Amino acid sequence: MEVTNYAVLASVLFAIGATTVLLRRNAIVVFMGVELMLNATNLAFVTFARLHGDLTGQVLAFFVMVVAAAEVVVGLAIIVTIFRTRRSASVDDVNLLKG
Amino acid sequence: MTGFVVPLIDWAALAPLLVVLGAGVAGVLVEAFVPDAVRRAVQVVLTLVALAGALALVVLRWPVVVGTPETAGVSDVLVGGTVMVTPFALALQGTIAALAFLGVLVVADRTSTGQDAFAPTAAAVPGTSYEDLARRAGLQQTEIYPLLLFATGGMMLFVGTDDLLMLFVALEVLSLPLYVLCATARRRRLLSQEAAAKYFLLGAFASALFIFGVALIYGFAGTVRLDVLRQNIASGAAPLEGMTVLLVGGVLLVLVGLLFKLGAVPFHAWTPDVYTGAPTPVTGFMAACTKVAAAGAMVKVLYTVVVSVPADVANDLRVVVVTVAVATMVVGTVAGAVQTDVKRLLAYSSIAHAGFLLVAVAGYTGFSVRAVVFYLVAYGVATIGAFGVVTLVRETRLTGSADGSAEPAGADGEVADDGVVLGEATHLSQWAGLGRKAPWLTAAFALFLLSMAGIPLTAGFVAKFTAFSAAVSGDLTWLAVVGVLASVVAVFFYVRVIVLMVFTPAPDAEVTRRLSGEGAPGAAPASGTAVEVAGEGAETTGGGVATATRTEAARTVVTVVGSRGPAAVAVAICAAATILLGLLPGPVLELAGQAIKFVP
Repeated sequence: MEVTNYAVLASVLFAIGATTVLLRRNAIVVFMGVELMLNATNLAFVTFARLHGDLTGQVLAFFVMVVAAAEVVVGLAIIVTIFRTRRSASVDDVNLLKG
Repeated sequence: MTGFVVPLIDWAALAPLLVVLGAGVAGVLVEAFVPDAVRRAVQVVLTLVALAGALALVVLRWPVVVGTPETAGVSDVLVGGTVMVTPFALALQGTIAALAFLGVLVVADRTSTGQDAFAPTAAAVPGTSYEDLARRAGLQQTEIYPLLLFATGGMMLFVGTDDLLMLFVALEVLSLPLYVLCATARRRRLLSQEAAAKYFLLGAFASALFIFGVALIYGFAGTVRLDVLRQNIASGAAPLEGMTVLLVGGVLLVLVGLLFKLGAVPFHAWTPDVYTGAPTPVTGFMAACTKVAAAGAMVKVLYTVVVSVPADVANDLRVVVVTVAVATMVVGTVAGAVQTDVKRLLAYSSIAHAGFLLVAVAGYTGFSVRAVVFYLVAYGVATIGAFGVVTLVRETRLTGSADGSAEPAGADGEVADDGVVLGEATHLSQWAGLGRKAPWLTAAFALFLLSMAGIPLTAGFVAKFTAFSAAVSGDLTWLAVVGVLASVVAVFFYVRVIVLMVFTPAPDAEVTRRLSGEGAPGAAPASGTAVEVAGEGAETTGGGVATATRTEAARTVVTVVGSRGPAAVAVAICAAATILLGLLPGPVLELAGQAIKFVP
C-alpha cells in the first residue's frame, strides 16, 4: 500500500477534527475534535518518519501524546467546572462576556 | 550497537530556565508540606527570588553570549540543539523574567482589604455554601505562584529554542498554567470560568494547528530543527524537495499558532473576553509576558524560513504578515475606540500593539529585530503598570443602603470604614473623577496610556518610532504610514480615558444610587451585561446571578483601595521605566541592537 495514502488519511482526519471544533456546540465534543486533530498529527508524523526512514517522527508522536494527555487534564477540569456551575456544557451558553 | 553517549550540557547556560522551573516544582512541594500560616509568604518569596535570580543569571550570561569588544560572543547550543540561547533569546528571556517579576508583585498584593484577587478555592461552585465556608475559613489559593512560575518557564523556553517540537512543548507549558489561572478570580467567577473555557478551547485548537504545521514541515524537510531546515532547503537535501506546498502549508499553520498567542487579527477573538474575565493581576502578567514570548518565537521562525525559501514564496509570506499587521492595527484601534470597560479597552489596545509589532517584524532587517525587542519592553512595562492600577480601583457597596433590605450577608469583602469593598470598578464611567480621589495613581495610569499611545517623552514613542522606521528601512513606507494613522486613532481613545479621569467630575454616591434606581446602564458598574441578560429574561442559568449583580450595583461607589506595597512598587517601577525609556532610550536600544543575532 502506498505510504502517501496515510498522509492523505491524516489530512482528512485533521480536517474532520477542525470541522468538529468549528461546528459542534458541546464543549466536550469540541474538545474531542481537538484530540482528533492531535491524533491526525501523530499519524502524519509516523507516516513521514516511515517515508524518510528515520525515527524522529515516531519520537515526536510520543511527545504529542504526552502533551495531549496534559491538555486533557486541564481542559476537562475547566469544562467540568463550567458544567457544575451552569448545568450545561454548551459553548452557546457561555456568553456573559461579549462586546 | 553504539554505546550511550552522555550529552554535553552547559548548566550555566541553562541556569535561568532551570531556576524558574525548579522553583515551580519546589513551589508544588511547598504547597504540600508547608503549614497554612506561612505558606503564602513562602510562596511569594520563593517566586520573587526565583525570578530575580533568573534575571541576574541572564545578566551574568550576557557578556558570554553577546561578546565583549575583545572577545566574540558564543551562542549556547544545548541538549542537541533543543535549547539555543542566542543573544536575541537571552534578551527576551531577561525581558520575560523582569516583566514576570513585576507581574508577580501585582499578583502578590493583597491591598488594604486583606484579600488577593483569587478565589479561596477555585474548585468550589460559585454561590454554594461550600464556597461560603471556604471564604469564611480564610482559605487561600497559593497554587497560583507555582503556576505563574511554570508559565514563565515555558515562555523562557519558547524564545530560547530552535526546535519546532520544543516550541510546541514550550507553547503548552506556558499555556496550560495560564488557562488554569484565568479561572481563579475571586469575584465575578462566572466570567472568570467562562474566560478560561474560551481561552482553553481556542488555545487548544490553535496549538493543534501549530503541531500539524510542524508535521508538514517535518514531512518536507525531514527535520524539526530550524537551522537544519535552512541548510536542507539551501542545499536541496530536503527529502520531499519538490513539494514546496508542504513547507508553505506547514509554515502558515505554525504562524497561525503563533499569531493566536500574539493576539493578532483574525486570531484575536479570545483576547478581549479572556483579558476581561481573568483576574486582573493575571491579565497583566499574561498580556505582557505572553506577547514577548510569542513575538520572539514568531521573529525566529519567520526570519529563518524567509531567508531559506525561494524568493516568490518568501514574498508571499511577507504579504501574509503585512496583511495581518494592517488588519490587526485597524481592528485593535477601531474596536478599542468604542469600548466602555477598562479591561476590554486595554485588551483591544494590546491587539493594536500586536499590529504595531508586526509592522516592525514585516521590515525583515536587523532594525526590525531591534525594534521588536525594544517595543516589547516598552509595551510590557506599560501594560503591567496599567493593569496594576486597575486592580486598585474598586467598587464599594455602601452599608446602610437606601432600602436597607440587603445587608452584606456572606459579604464577599472586607468591611472598610465606608462600606464593603467589592471587585474592580472596570466600567469607564466609574473612572470619572478618579484624579481627585487618587492623584498619583491617576497620573501613573495616564502615563501608561500616553506611552501606549506613543506620545513623545514616553517609552511608547521611542518604541513606535523604531518600529515604524524599521518598516521604512524594509521598503514598506506605506505600512509605516498606516501604522502612524492607526496610532493617531488610538490616541483618541487613550486620551478619552485621561480626560474622563482628570476633568470629568465624579458622580457622587447619591447620584449613582438614583441613576441606578432608574436603571441607567452607564452608572451601574459591571451591569452592562447584567441588565442585558436580565432584560432578555431567557437565560435561566445566568438570570439569577445577573439580577444579583444588578441590585448590588445599585448601591456601589468607586473607591481606590490602598496597596500593601508590592503593587505600588510594581506600578512605580513601571512608571519610572516608562519615563526613563522615553527620555534616555539609548542604552536599552544599544542592548537591543546587540540582541539582533538569533542564529548562532
